Amino acid sequence: MRHLFRKVIIAGLLSSSLTTAYAEGEQYFPLQSYRVGPYAAGGTGFFGGFIDYMQHVNQQGGVNGVKLVWSECETEYETEKGVECYERLKGGLKGAPAAATNPLSVGIAYATLDRSRKDKLPLITINHGATASTDGRVFPYVFPLQLNPYSEVSAIVNYIAEKAGGKDKLSDVKIATLYHGSPYGTETNGVLELLSKEYGFELKLLEVPHPGNEQQAQWLQIRRFQPDWVILRGWGVMNPVAIKTAKRYGFPVDRIIGNIWSNSEEDVRPAGDTAKGFVSITTHPAGTDFPVLQGIKASVVDAGKSDLQDPSRFGTVYYNLGVVNGILNVEAVRLAQEKYGHKPLSGEQVRWGFENLNLDNKRLEELGALGLVQPLELSCYDHEGGGAVRFQQWDGQAWQVISDWVQADRQLLRPLIDKASAQYAQENGITPRDCAPI
Amino acid sequence: MEFFLEVLIGGLLAGVMYSLVAIGFVLIYKASGVFNFAQGAMVLFAALTYVSLIDQGLPPWLSLVVTAALMVLLAVAVEAAVLRPLVNRPPIVLFMATLGLAYVIEGAAQALWGTQVHGLELGISDAPMFLGGLLISSFDLVAAGIAGLLVIVLSLFFSYTQTGLALRAVADDPLAAQSVGIRIRRIWVIVWSAAGLVALVAGLLWGARLGVQFSLSLVVLKALPVLIIGGFTSITGAIVGGLLIGAGEKLAEVYLGQLIGNGIENWFPYVLALLFLLVRPAGLFGQRTIERV
Amino acid sequence: MSFSTAQILVPDRPVASRLVQHKRSRWIGWVIGVALFALVLPLTVSDYWFSAILIPLLILSLAGLGLNLLTGYTGQLSLGSAAFMAVGVYTAYNLDLRVPELPLLVSILGGGVMAALVALVFGLPSLRIKGFYLLVSTLAAQFLIQWVLVKFGWFSNYNPSGVISAPDLSVLGFEVETPRARYLLTLAIVAALFWVARNLVRGETGRRWMAVRDKDVAAATLGIALLRTKLLAFAISGFFLGVAGCLWGFLYLGTVEPHGFDLNRSFQILFIIIIGGLGSLTGSILGAAFFVFLPIALSNLAGALPVGTVDNGLLENLQQVLFGALIIFFLIREPGGLVRYVQRAIQYVQHRLGIARNSG
Repeated sequence: MRHLFRKVIIAGLLSSSLTTAYAEGEQYFPLQSYRVGPYAAGGTGFFGGFIDYMQHVNQQGGVNGVKLVWSECETEYETEKGVECYERLKGGLKGAPAAATNPLSVGIAYATLDRSRKDKLPLITINHGATASTDGRVFPYVFPLQLNPYSEVSAIVNYIAEKAGGKDKLSDVKIATLYHGSPYGTETNGVLELLSKEYGFELKLLEVPHPGNEQQAQWLQIRRFQPDWVILRGWGVMNPVAIKTAKRYGFPVDRIIGNIWSNSEEDVRPAGDTAKGFVSITTHPAGTDFPVLQGIKASVVDAGKSDLQDPSRFGTVYYNLGVVNGILNVEAVRLAQEKYGHKPLSGEQVRWGFENLNLDNKRLEELGALGLVQPLELSCYDHEGGGAVRFQQWDGQAWQVISDWVQADRQLLRPLIDKASAQYAQENGITPRDCAPI
Repeated sequence: MEFFLEVLIGGLLAGVMYSLVAIGFVLIYKASGVFNFAQGAMVLFAALTYVSLIDQGLPPWLSLVVTAALMVLLAVAVEAAVLRPLVNRPPIVLFMATLGLAYVIEGAAQALWGTQVHGLELGISDAPMFLGGLLISSFDLVAAGIAGLLVIVLSLFFSYTQTGLALRAVADDPLAAQSVGIRIRRIWVIVWSAAGLVALVAGLLWGARLGVQFSLSLVVLKALPVLIIGGFTSITGAIVGGLLIGAGEKLAEVYLGQLIGNGIENWFPYVLALLFLLVRPAGLFGQRTIERV
Repeated sequence: MSFSTAQILVPDRPVASRLVQHKRSRWIGWVIGVALFALVLPLTVSDYWFSAILIPLLILSLAGLGLNLLTGYTGQLSLGSAAFMAVGVYTAYNLDLRVPELPLLVSILGGGVMAALVALVFGLPSLRIKGFYLLVSTLAAQFLIQWVLVKFGWFSNYNPSGVISAPDLSVLGFEVETPRARYLLTLAIVAALFWVARNLVRGETGRRWMAVRDKDVAAATLGIALLRTKLLAFAISGFFLGVAGCLWGFLYLGTVEPHGFDLNRSFQILFIIIIGGLGSLTGSILGAAFFVFLPIALSNLAGALPVGTVDNGLLENLQQVLFGALIIFFLIREPGGLVRYVQRAIQYVQHRLGIARNSG
């Protein structure tokens, strides 16, 4: 049974009459969730974890006594529905002000990029989103927390270098990248080419058209190229099909590295036994052993209040991403409360909390999330913060973590980000804020 | 040269999988003149039902029987709720109705069984195979064999049974067939059931290739150009069309893709079909004379 | 078998009386419509209504109108509408970017023209092939254009994410910033194009289109140049769709990504005109309204139910079933679409009023 706080947002529908007087002690999170359509598996896991963590926080008395409330709006992962949801929910819930939006969709994130600036409502795009928005000078309200697409690729290349015995050995390495035929898929091609020039590895880029259920031609080409590693930049059905087709054409599955959207249980399970040995990156290990997850289990899941329909998904990659996202959001609110007072805060105030977020291992240990969340330090200049990933391998039943945190070369990539954000600023007539670069 | 042959053979085997979906179209088009866009949704529905029943703990044979029975039930429902009320309406209206039908079936399948993705193991080997130095996917080979078998069974059915004869009569001239006492509604139910069973076979094979999930219904988009090339009324045409499209798109992806950029498999079949149409409007094996102005 | 849509639109009353009746009810309808959209709504509703409901409603109406000219009036089925929208918005974006001197409206106009040209090219096979076969041509457009836009970075100004954001909007020196301003600009453009479409379909062009739709061989015998007529329909339809694409990207979402113009959007536009009314201008608006309001109404309804009774996911799937069922329902029961229900309602009211006046 799902226990959701669902309310008709009549206030939003009929008029946007914003009451400025906040309700007693409630902070609101609008959820642009997606539980149907091709990406439903990701949506139910992520929002399940997010909601369960918020329930857990409320059980412990909320954030300094401020209770968290939320309501959902189904987007089906479609941009225009996400926009409608954004507009419907941004005004808060019964007087409780909205803290931040977390759409977990590149399309929706882009469509609300400009709106979030105008509405002064933080837009959190954990592990995804526009790479350029790492630059907080141009995008004060956007936070691609933990990992942007460039860092992701750089960390993978660094891992491959580690396996090859150092970056100087990369010149003997061949890497093929299989990417989804969409803006998301093509986003990192430029960075890969740059890194290939920088380190001298041989690179082959192969596109798989959406949705990706035919990949023979690509894998035959990969087989001829004989790469040491294949980076899989997949999406939905493309992932299991890649694994299966690799097997059918004799490419070893443990030489494929899945990216951040090719790393969930839902991406490998459909491939069955074939997927055994498949490697992928993650910003947060799957598993239930972390104290924070045990806490959620005790207070929410075992009490029958979990948002998950299928309890066996507790502790999976998407669920834990939702939990991590919950932790980061709540920590931002907590931090902002230290500055603005223990009361419900406006989006503008919560934004300050995000920008000054500084989670070290000590704080992570207190949260019971050491090893689940990477140390994160944000600033006006840097809205990403971490840029590290761990590698995990599928053993047929579950993901096993096989590496420590591997850091991306963020300094190397920063000029590219600055260029993109400058272009955005120029096209949109934004004057960048003045931050002292680190 | 070796590589060329590998791509070619891989493409031909993929083409057989396209034909499998296209055959469902041909059956229905032949008997009722309906271009059934919901065929892809039926593939999804069949595969999802089968997998979900297995997940519920049913043995495979029973799941198969239950799913097959559901497909027949679906055929009866379609005849009663869509075909009968729309009798004598132009084909384009029937086509649009099947678009609606596709929505209904997809929505119902997911409302019934949920949106989780499932793996499906049929016990067919995935290991690569070498034939005379050429790499061939054993899975695709077996799948092609099953598709071939299905075609033979269907051909026998339509050639040598009373129902098959009636069906051909209806396809030839519905009015004349009715006047000699063939009950056309029964024929509709039979062909839609047959198409449902073809969808089941296609669903299982495609499901084993992709995993069972929403995008199974998108295979319909691959079947369309196959039909254009093969003609709407010929099972042989569907097979040949499938082979042509499969081989064509893979070769194009590898060789043309190097020239103009890769990832062209989505549109190439359509452009191929379009060129084909301009040269040979009725398709390779189509019976219907094309309307010309 | 004939492939015309004639039978979809069987007139069930003598033509003459229909025309007379229509004239009056249409006038009243237009007046009420204009008053509502241009006067009442802008003064009464909130920003949420502008940016989440009214703007997409108007744009989808325009897109529906574009397809309706081709499918409803000329009888050519198309599943490439979304691609033509994409051509429009990418052209306008690039015009605006590369020729900054151009005013916004000219860029949008350029987007429409380019979409018209592209639609014309993909309409060329329509002389040789018809019916379902034509789907192949329009689907080729759908997939090919999307591929081109993703593949070649030039179209998105080498933006690393391939997603472009709308330029600064200003018309005749006015900054179009607030949701209300964006709504009014959308309304002005959409209303102007509806007026153009109305004159087109009532004039000689419209009669030619309908002749081709109803019986193309007969039309040819009457001396109507089929190729020219059909291609004109493709081009004009493409123009309307292209402009709709510009508005969608610039005034509604504020961003443009190829994914937003995929096959599902083409289906959506087709469904809008089936449900609203094939071969009817008002039908395009009604169909769009239906598509905008139904999901929002359902999701609000679900929110009103007690906690835990309905699962969100289940509800969305049932909504899909409902859409499909409604499409079948309309094709069976009311091939004229929603617009016929509205017309009947208006006639009923007029009839009652007439009686009241006579007796009083």
